[in-house]
Amino acid sequence: MNVMTPPRTLRIALVGNPNCGKTALFNLLTGSRQKVANYAGATVERKEGRLTTPHGHELRVLDLPGAYSLVATSPDEAVTRDICAGTYRGEPVPDLLVCVADATNLRLHLRFVLEMRQLGRPMMLAVNMIDAARRKGVEIDLPRLRAELGMPVVATVGIRRDGAADLLAQLDAPLPPPPPPLPADADLHAIVRRILGDCVTRAHPLSTGLEERLDRWVLHPVWGPLILTVLLFVMFQAVFAWAQPLMDGIDAGMGWLGEAVGRLLPDGVLRSLLVTGVIAGAGSVVTFLPQILILFLWILVLEESGYLPRAAFLLDPLMSVAGLSGRSFIPLLSSFACAVPGIMATRTIQNPRDRLVTIMIAPLMTCSARLPVYTLLIGAFVPHRAVGGFLNLQGLVLFGLYAAGILTALIVARVMRRGGRGQEAALLMELPAYRLPNPRDLLLGLTERARIFLVRVGTTIVSLTVLLWALSSFPAPPPGATGPAIDWSLAGRIGHLMLPIFAPLGFNWQICVALIPGLAAREVAVGALATVYAIGDAGADADQAAMLGQLLPTHWSVATALSLLAWYVYAPQCVATLAVIRRETASWRTVGITAGYLFALAYVAAFLTYHLALLF
Amino acid sequence: MRLNELPRGMEAIIDRVEEAGQPDPVAGRLRELGFVPDEPVCVVATAPMGGDPIAVRIGFTRFALRRDEAARVIVHVDKAPLDQTPS
Repeated sequence: MNVMTPPRTLRIALVGNPNCGKTALFNLLTGSRQKVANYAGATVERKEGRLTTPHGHELRVLDLPGAYSLVATSPDEAVTRDICAGTYRGEPVPDLLVCVADATNLRLHLRFVLEMRQLGRPMMLAVNMIDAARRKGVEIDLPRLRAELGMPVVATVGIRRDGAADLLAQLDAPLPPPPPPLPADADLHAIVRRILGDCVTRAHPLSTGLEERLDRWVLHPVWGPLILTVLLFVMFQAVFAWAQPLMDGIDAGMGWLGEAVGRLLPDGVLRSLLVTGVIAGAGSVVTFLPQILILFLWILVLEESGYLPRAAFLLDPLMSVAGLSGRSFIPLLSSFACAVPGIMATRTIQNPRDRLVTIMIAPLMTCSARLPVYTLLIGAFVPHRAVGGFLNLQGLVLFGLYAAGILTALIVARVMRRGGRGQEAALLMELPAYRLPNPRDLLLGLTERARIFLVRVGTTIVSLTVLLWALSSFPAPPPGATGPAIDWSLAGRIGHLMLPIFAPLGFNWQICVALIPGLAAREVAVGALATVYAIGDAGADADQAAMLGQLLPTHWSVATALSLLAWYVYAPQCVATLAVIRRETASWRTVGITAGYLFALAYVAAFLTYHLALLF
Repeated sequence: MRLNELPRGMEAIIDRVEEAGQPDPVAGRLRELGFVPDEPVCVVATAPMGGDPIAVRIGFTRFALRRDEAARVIVHVDKAPLDQTPS
């Protein structure tokens, strides 16, 4: 009851080594849903949240990027260093530093705690993942550790609902005084070793047996790459095969909805807007939700299990051929979900030139927004046929499109690195302990993804398709005119104007029209095509409009479809990506070069694909 | 011996971390990560296609590092494991 009432909202910061569970604790404390993953560098910028302690105190909580040391070697570590030192612009020094350390890896993590102690600020230690340590037979004498470190020490479990109870209780207590400093020339490793000897007892000497056994296979020079290939391949097959029943369900639902709305409303502008604009346009994009969720489920499982850094290890020789290090791998892999977080994840790359090259090739990784376009076209034009007994031709083509992006990225990186040799590309990356993915985190991650996707469909995509619907519907053809009404509309005229540029690629004017809103976000093109064809096909009912896949082969040649696929491998049609490149590099020139080379590649690739396909 | 020359599976003791040029942030980072004198270290894996990078275990942590990074770490083999003859 007689707790000191703070005069203002206290600010606390979670700091610690990468991958010690700061973000899991942050989410637990603040009820946030920040992304957690089992690799160093999942958090690359400061995140802020609020919490109310059991005694009713309001606190502001900062989640800082993980750092091994205050001598920062990469942009994400520099954020942590600057905030702790109070030199970060617009962010005063936190009132309390909550150091977080992984109980199973205190030897490494306590050194950073001691380094923080030298800052002479009020601080405390949360020994996280205490449950995992106990399972490994590690017992930590917390009162003794408290005495040795001269600061409050609590145990936490970031993934359990009540796992931060002791930490919250400590936050209700008055601010602890800064711990007494160590001598300036103290050997921190020696002190850690002594403290561990005094405070930690182990049931068995070295219990990393599971990691050892798994790594013997996963990191094996022959089995390792094989396991990686199988994992990636099954992932692409799963995206195609498992999602199909769900997609058919949504497709049928949209068709039914269009029909129902069509029957309810009288023939007119409103009915046309709802049926051909909103339902056919945005509805055709919603269909792809299951695929996107399956892709994300795979990525989340890979992230949480601790496999990703191992994949980076296996692919490092390949990255080295391209002049990059395995460090670029995780940002590039994130780009398969979306290039925006991928480009932000490049902050963990120490070498500025490596980082720039990684940013510029990240848009070549096939992001989930391309998936609707790929599946639509592959589903419509590539026969559903088994290849070699167990593979599926459609899955193979999809795999090929991903591979084309990756190969091009390696070549582009190689070319861009030619100028800056001499600098060695550092790797030096922690391989974390394996962890069984937590179903709650997976579910949270997936619902978050579904939410983002549906919000995008509900805002950007609906408004763009409605705009396109308006452009395609007005002006109406003059009375007595012949031919489809859309030829008279604004969109039809724009499409015909663009045709001379894109005709060499085999694109028709409908594709040209769909490319314009597709500049904002790639998947819009699917909705745009649905709207253009729904309006263009006089008398087409909504049921047909939702079945864009069956409609397209009657309008396009296979060569046109392949050419459009090739265009989509390269074209930087995403405003968000270009904006994040500008933000991360603070240079419009980089944005211009990136967009320019990608458009050039897209044009050349589509041109070659079209003319090669015509030969067969 | 340097850490990049240590055969896979053999345990060694770290003598020191050498600087390669001045200043050498990699050497500093290696020390911060626990590559300090008297610490046991073991190469647990080598990458496909030429064996660069390598994965090492130090304490309870594993790190992947390239061979030229590992070359900064000077080690000695204390005693050979039972199934291998000393080199």
